[in-house]
Amino acid sequence: MTTTEPRITSPSGTETDLVEMNWDPITRIVGSLGIYTKIDFNAKRVAECYSTSSIFRGYSIFMKGKDPRDAHFITSRICGICGDNHATCSVYNQNMAYGVRPPALGEWIINLGEAAEYMFDHNIFQENLVGVDFCEKMVAETNPGVLERANATEAPHAADHGYRTIGDIMRSLNPLEGEFYREALQVSRTTREMFCLMEGRHVHPSTLYPGGVGTVATVQLFTDYLTRLMRYVEFMKRVVPMHDDLFDFFYEALPGYEEVGRRRVLLGCWGSFNDPVACNFTYREMADWGRKMFVTPGVVVDGNLVTTSLVDINLGIRILLGHSYYEDWEDQEMFVTHDELGNPVDRRHPWNQHTIPKPAKRDFDGAYSWCMAPRWFDGTDYLPLDTGGGPIARLWSTALAGLVDIGYVQATGHSVKINLPRTVSRPEVTFEWKIPADKEGKPLSNAIERDRARTYFQAYSAACALHFVEQALAEIRAGRTRTWEPFTVPNDAFSVGFTEAVRGVLSHHMVIRDGKIANYHPYPPTPWNGSVRDSYGTPGPYEDAVQNTPIFEENPPERFKGIDIMRAVRSFDPCLPCGVHMYLGGGRVVKTAHSPTGVTLAI
Amino acid sequence: MTQAVDEQVLHILWMNGGLSCDGDSVALTAATQPSIEEIALGALPGLPKVAVHWPLIDFECGPEQGADNFIEWWRRADRGELDPFVLVVEGSIPNEAIKPEGYWCGFGRDPETGQPVTTSEWLDRLAPKATAILAVGTCATYGGIHAMAGNPTGAMGVPDYLGWDWTSKAGLPIVCVPGCPIHPDNLSETILYLLYQVAGQAPMIPLDEALRPRWLFEATVHQGCDRAGYYEEGDFAAEYGSAKCLVKLGCWGPVVKCNVPKRGWINGVGGCPNVGGICIACTMPGFPDKFMPFMDEPPGARVSTAASGMYGTVIRTLRGFTQRTADKEPTWRVKGTELRTGYQKTW
Ligand code: SF4
Ligand code: SF4
Repeated sequence: MTTTEPRITSPSGTETDLVEMNWDPITRIVGSLGIYTKIDFNAKRVAECYSTSSIFRGYSIFMKGKDPRDAHFITSRICGICGDNHATCSVYNQNMAYGVRPPALGEWIINLGEAAEYMFDHNIFQENLVGVDFCEKMVAETNPGVLERANATEAPHAADHGYRTIGDIMRSLNPLEGEFYREALQVSRTTREMFCLMEGRHVHPSTLYPGGVGTVATVQLFTDYLTRLMRYVEFMKRVVPMHDDLFDFFYEALPGYEEVGRRRVLLGCWGSFNDPVACNFTYREMADWGRKMFVTPGVVVDGNLVTTSLVDINLGIRILLGHSYYEDWEDQEMFVTHDELGNPVDRRHPWNQHTIPKPAKRDFDGAYSWCMAPRWFDGTDYLPLDTGGGPIARLWSTALAGLVDIGYVQATGHSVKINLPRTVSRPEVTFEWKIPADKEGKPLSNAIERDRARTYFQAYSAACALHFVEQALAEIRAGRTRTWEPFTVPNDAFSVGFTEAVRGVLSHHMVIRDGKIANYHPYPPTPWNGSVRDSYGTPGPYEDAVQNTPIFEENPPERFKGIDIMRAVRSFDPCLPCGVHMYLGGGRVVKTAHSPTGVTLAI
Repeated sequence: MTQAVDEQVLHILWMNGGLSCDGDSVALTAATQPSIEEIALGALPGLPKVAVHWPLIDFECGPEQGADNFIEWWRRADRGELDPFVLVVEGSIPNEAIKPEGYWCGFGRDPETGQPVTTSEWLDRLAPKATAILAVGTCATYGGIHAMAGNPTGAMGVPDYLGWDWTSKAGLPIVCVPGCPIHPDNLSETILYLLYQVAGQAPMIPLDEALRPRWLFEATVHQGCDRAGYYEEGDFAAEYGSAKCLVKLGCWGPVVKCNVPKRGWINGVGGCPNVGGICIACTMPGFPDKFMPFMDEPPGARVSTAASGMYGTVIRTLRGFTQRTADKEPTWRVKGTELRTGYQKTW
C-alpha cells in the first residue's frame, strides 16, 4: 500500500484503509466477468464487492417474429458450455405450447444426453478451472505455510484415490503438468463422446426437436454409452474421496475458511431429468409431474424447503431492472394476465417482460450493467436466490423433499445416497451427500460446500444415467423404438420450460401469436447469481458472497492475487458468455464506501 | 498456461470478448488431433514454443494492480511488446457506431476512463500488430446467430469489420474457421498449421473465397454423409428418429460445406445427419437467416430429391446456384452508423 492517510470505519468499528482491487476479466470461467472490490487489508476482509460483465446480444429481441420451432436451435447459442441445457429447456417449453408428449424413449435419450453434460461440465470445471485455485503451484504462491502443512498431512482416503498426502493431491492438480489435471481433461472428452451419442454434437445439439429426438435408437447406441459410463463410475470412486480430503483439509489448515464465500441459504433449483411416465408437459399438471423429476425442484430458504411446486416457482419469478441499461416496460402491453389455472401473472414476470435496450456509459450511481436482477417473490420479499453453481441447490432440494428413490440414488429427507455398482477394479460403493452445517449446526452455503457438492453431483448424474440406460433398453427390448411424436404449431399459446442448466436454474418463457414468437425470455442461472443490486438495493449473490469474505492469502497488496475471492466467485461456476477480469485499483486507498461498478450479463 | 516471455516464444492471444457463447473455447478443450496440451507443451515435432493467453483455462488470475494480471498481455501486445503474436477472435463484432454512447461488449477496461474497452477497439488496436488473425466459429467469421435479422447490435464477422481483403503485416489474409460451434479438431488443426507457417515450416495456408482452409471445407455435408445411400435410392425419412435421409425434414446437407459427418464430432463419435440431426448449415456465411425455419424442407432440395439419381448434372447446377446464395452473408452485416437489421432503435 502506498498511502495510509484516509481512514474510514469498517463494519467492525475499527479504523481501517480500504484498497480498491479489480479483476477484469476473471480467467478460468466461461464468459466475461469483472469483480470490483474494496479490501480492508488490516482486518483482512473484503468490505465491498461489485461484479460486472459487459456484453449484450439481444436474444429476446431477435427471436421475435421467428418460427417457434427454431427456438431451441437459436437459444442453444446463448451458452457455449451448456447450450444443450437451453435446447432441452426450449424443447420442453415448445412441447407445452404444442401439446405434444414425446415417446418415453425420446425422453430417456434426452436424460442420458443431459446426464452426460453434467458429468462432462462439472468435471472440466471442477478439475481444470476451479482445481487450479487449489493446486500446488497456486497454494505455494498464496499460502506457502499451508502447502508445507499439506505435504505433511496424510490423506485420510489415500487407499481410495492413491495420493498419499494432501500435497500430492495438490500437485496432481497443477495445470497441464499435473497427472490428475490431464486425466480429467481426457475424461471431459469421453463424457462428451457420451453426449454426442445421444444429442449428436456438443455443445449445440443437432438431434433435439419438440416432440422428441432424431437419434436412431438401437441396442448399439446404449452399449456404446454404457461402457463409457461404467469407466466414469470407476473414475468417480476415486474423485469423490479425493475431493473430500482436499476440501476437509482447507477447513483444518485455515480455521474460519467456512466464511469464505458464505451467504445466507437462499437456493433455487428448477428440477432436472423428467420422468416420461409422469411428465405430460401440461401446465395444469406441472406441479405433479415436476415432483416426479429425478432431481426435485425446490426453493430452500435458511435450510427449509419452501415449495416443490413448479407452478409456485413459475408464478414467483420477477424481473427487476435494478441498475441496468434498459427502459422499463410498465407502460407496455401484458401478454399473459392469468395462467391456465386462473392465477394472476405479474407484470414483472418473464411472460410479460419487454426487453428495451438503452446503451449508456458505465455510471455506478446510475445504470452500470446489461444484467437485470431476477428475484423470487415469496409473497413478502423479493428473494435474491442463488444456485450455488447448481449442484448444492439440486442436492439440497432433492435431499429435503425425499421424493427420489431409484435404487442408484435415494433421497432420505436429510441427505442423498448414491449407490454405485461394481466396476472393473473396484467394488460397490455408497456415497452420501449430507446437508452442510457449520460448527454451530447452522446450514452452510459457502465456497467449499458449493465445490464439494459439484463432485457429489457428478456421481449422482452417473448413477441416474445407469437408471436411464436400463429404462431405455427396456423400451427397445419391448419393441417401442419410436423417439419422436408429430405435432402442429398453434396460432396462439403461452408456455414455459424448466430444467437445470449445469450451473443451476433455467427457465424459458414463450408467447406465440399468429404462429410466430411474440415473446421469448430465457432465464439461465448466471443472471440470478451475477445479478446487480436490484431496485430495492439488494446486492446480487456474487456481490453478497464476496463481501465479508475473510482474506487468508499471505501476500501484500502489491503481490495480491485475491485467491480467496477467486475461490468464492468460482464456486458459483460463473458462466458469462464473454471473459473475466479482476482489478486491484492501483493500491489506491479510497475514503468512502462508494460503489465502483456492476454486473453486466445480458442475453 | 502463460510462460515467461522470451524472444523465441510465439504468443497466441485469445479474445473471447465478441458476441459469442464461448462455445469455440469450449470446443478447443475437446480437440484431440491435436489436443491443446500437445500444442501448449510442444508435443509435436518442429512446433515453435508457444505461450497461450486464453481466458478459459489461464493460470493467471491476479487483479489489475496485483500479481499476474491477465489483461496485461493485451496491453503489452498493444504497446508492441509481443512479437510475433497470433490474434484469435471468438464472437461477432457488434457495431458500436449505431448509438450515441455506451457499449455492446467489452474486454477489460480502460484504466484512464474506467469504461470497458470495446471488442472493436481491441481489434483496431491489435490488428496492425498481429502476424495473423484467426476468426473462430461462425459468429467471428461471418456474424452468425447474433447477426440474424432483427438484431439490435448490428453484429458482423471479423472480415466484414476489417475488410475481406485485409492482410496482416506478414501478408496473411484473415483465416476463417466457421462452425456453430467450431469443430474441435478443425480448430486445433488450423492453429497447428498457422504455427508451422509462422515458424517458416509451411507455405501460405490455402484458403477459399470465404477465407476457409480449403482442405477442411471443400466437400459438402452430403458428400460425407453416411445416409447418402438412402438419398440415392430416393428413400427419405418422414419422421425424426429414422435412419434414412433427412432431406425432407430440413437437412441442408447437399449445399453446405462442412466435414462434420465425415470426421465425426469427437474422436469420430457424433456428427449431425449421421446421428439423426438435420444439417442447419451452421458453417455457412448465410447462417442462420437463409436456412430458417430449420425444420422445413429446403426449397433447393425439393427439386433435387425428386430427381435424385437421374439427372446428376442438372442437380449439380441447381445446387451450385443454391450454394452460391447460401455462401453469401445477408446484406445488413456491414459497418456504418446505420442499423440495417430491421430492428427499430429505441435509443
Ligand atoms: S441426411 Fe442430409 S446430408 Fe445426409 S444424405 Fe440426406 S440430405 Fe444428404
Ligand atoms: S453438418 Fe451442418 S449443422 Fe452439422 S456442423 Fe456441419 S454445417 Fe453445422
